[in-house]
Amino acid sequence: MAADRFPVEASHIMMFARSIGDPNPIYSDEEYAKKSETGGIIAPPTFPQASAQFDPDYVLRPKIGEPWFGSGKNATGVTAAPGGGGGGGGLHASQKFEFKRPIRAGDVLTVKAKPGNTWEKEGKKGGKLLFSEHIQEFFDQKGELVVTVTMVGVQTSKVVTEG
Amino acid sequence: MALKASTLKVGDSKTLVVVDDLTRTQIVMYAGAGGDYNPLHTDDKFTKEIAGYPGVFAHGMLTMGMTGRVITDWVGDGRITVYEVQFRVQVWPGDTLTATATVTNVYNEGGQDYADFDIVTLNQKDETVLIGKATAKIDA
Repeated sequence: MAADRFPVEASHIMMFARSIGDPNPIYSDEEYAKKSETGGIIAPPTFPQASAQFDPDYVLRPKIGEPWFGSGKNATGVTAAPGGGGGGGGLHASQKFEFKRPIRAGDVLTVKAKPGNTWEKEGKKGGKLLFSEHIQEFFDQKGELVVTVTMVGVQTSKVVTEG
Repeated sequence: MALKASTLKVGDSKTLVVVDDLTRTQIVMYAGAGGDYNPLHTDDKFTKEIAGYPGVFAHGMLTMGMTGRVITDWVGDGRITVYEVQFRVQVWPGDTLTATATVTNVYNEGGQDYADFDIVTLNQKDETVLIGKATAKIDA
C-alpha cells in the first residue's frame, strides 16, 4: 500500500504548513524561497505523510460510492468498525523520517513500501499491545532516494485514554 | 540562517509554544491536508459512540508536525536529516503544547558538521505528549 506517484505541489505544501501552524515563508512564498539557501519552496519534514492523498488504497480516506465507517445518519456507516478495540485502525506509536535531502515543490515522488517487523508487548494497564512497523521509501524523478519513513502502529485490546 | 558548529554547545536549548488552545478546526485542517480522514480525529459521534473515547483527538502526526517547528526554526530550512518521535499521550482539543529541543551532540562526519537534538513536547498539565530526536546539518 503506497502512492505510485506523489506529485509534490506548492499549494499542497502551503495547506500542509498551515495545518501544522507553521508560518515559515519557505513553505509558501516562492519569491522568498528563491532567494533563500534552499533556492525554492521545500516541504516541512513531516510532509511525506501527505502521500496518503495519492495512495489509491488508503483505508483512512472515504471512497466515492463506498460505505464509510464515520458517522452520517448513524454513528458509523458500517456494521463493524474496522481495526478492533482501539477503533479506526489502532494508534500511532512512533514515526521516523530519514532524509537524503528536503522534499521540494515540483518533485514527483514514487513511494515503495517495504516489509517491517511485528511484535507484542503487555500494556502497563493490562491488555495486549500488538506493534507493527511499516516502512516507505520515497524516490525522486531521477530514481534517487529522498526520504525513508518508518511508522510503528499499535493495536490495543482496550481503549486507551490518558497516560 | 544556519547554525554554526563553532558556536553551538551541548545543552543549548530552545523552547516554543507550538499550539495554544488546539482547535477542532485545526485538526480538520490537518486531516484535509495530510489525507488521514480517520473519524477518530474529526467525528465526535463516531469517536464517542463507536470507538469509546471521550471525544476527538489530534493525529499523532499533527503533534509531530507542530513540534517540528522548534527544530526547523532553529537549524534553518532544509537541514534536517533525521526526525523521529514516540507518541506518549493523546493530544485533545483545548490543549496547549510546548516543545523543547536540546543539543546532545555536535560533530563532524565526512567533512559535514551535524548537531543532534533531544525533543520533548509537554501539554498544559506538564504531561509529556511526545519525545523525539533530530539530527541536522550545520555550518562549520
